[in-house]
Amino acid sequence: MNYIEPHAHMISRTTDDYLSMATAGCRAISEPAFWAGYDRSSEKGFYDYFSHLTGFEPKRAASFGIQHYSWMCINPKEAEDIGLADAVLALIPEFLAKPTCLGVGEIGLNKNSRNELLVLEKHIQLAADYDQLILVHTPHLEDKLKGTKLIVDAIRNHPAIKPERVIIDHVEEHTVGVVKDAGFWAGMTLYPESKLSANRAIDIIEQYGSDRLWMNCACDWGVSDPLATPKAALEMRRRGHSEATVHRVFYENPKAFMGQCDKFQIRSHA
Amino acid sequence: MQLRPEEEINLIDHGFMASRAKLLDIAAFLDRIERSGQARDYRVDALCEAIKLLDQPGALRARRILEALSDPSQGPIPEAHTKDAAGAYQGPAS
Ligand SMILES: [Zn+2]
Repeated sequence: MNYIEPHAHMISRTTDDYLSMATAGCRAISEPAFWAGYDRSSEKGFYDYFSHLTGFEPKRAASFGIQHYSWMCINPKEAEDIGLADAVLALIPEFLAKPTCLGVGEIGLNKNSRNELLVLEKHIQLAADYDQLILVHTPHLEDKLKGTKLIVDAIRNHPAIKPERVIIDHVEEHTVGVVKDAGFWAGMTLYPESKLSANRAIDIIEQYGSDRLWMNCACDWGVSDPLATPKAALEMRRRGHSEATVHRVFYENPKAFMGQCDKFQIRSHA
Repeated sequence: MQLRPEEEINLIDHGFMASRAKLLDIAAFLDRIERSGQARDYRVDALCEAIKLLDQPGALRARRILEALSDPSQGPIPEAHTKDAAGAYQGPAS
């Protein structure tokens, strides 16, 4: 089966993971900018990270026959320092112009603080100014419901942002309706403990339909599975869904959302 | 718009054993922390409250449990003092 992995932090994964994903049928990966596990000491750390995401990581993926795309931002975990956030925001336009950069992400909230919200609003303005797609991270666990509502309001308040050009990721049963009812795309992240299991994600598809939804593994340096996405596709077949539905969820949907950016093109193999 | 599977499978056959195993894991966890005298914790209290929601009909158990474990307040907090989340809401930071 061919599939697209729309959210994976490959900077923190090994070549074995690339090989496994390619073997499972992965054709393209999109990698949002995120927290490194520690706070960077200055904006220069972000410059190097963005250079990696738009330079070395696409080359690493290409050696396994996978196309690699990325998203730029300062993540909400480092958004408490407004001075640093402004310095990083000033760097981003240079990278938005790179041939594999799809937009602004993963922006959002972490603890739902005032400064996080302010930096989120600055990113939304940046996306509007440069006509970019947006990929949004929603907070973890007990902070998710409140944070998702704050994020939905912040984006809807911007008159230039079309909801169909925004994906709000890491939805669960209590937030998927908030996101979809407002016209946004919704991402479902498959994690061993936090976020969703494959069966819960499939339950959500059965209740909300397969429009404007995708699944991702969001693999990073934490406990996560780079093959969670194709494993969920397998589970969908076990649950009685047709190959056409599986193909729509795991290939056509991410292609449709990311394809709103002209740079996203899946090459057909000769 | 709901999406039904093309082929109806027996969901009890598909999911019963996994659910049985998870239920026993919860029971054993609660036994373990009670034996060790560690059961007094806001997260455990929240878990035990949430377990009661399993008994509620209406096919909204997962959503209701997530809501019960969520921060019910509105509006941003003044400042983030941690990056972490605990899985249950302890109340406003003092
Ligand atoms: Zn991520």
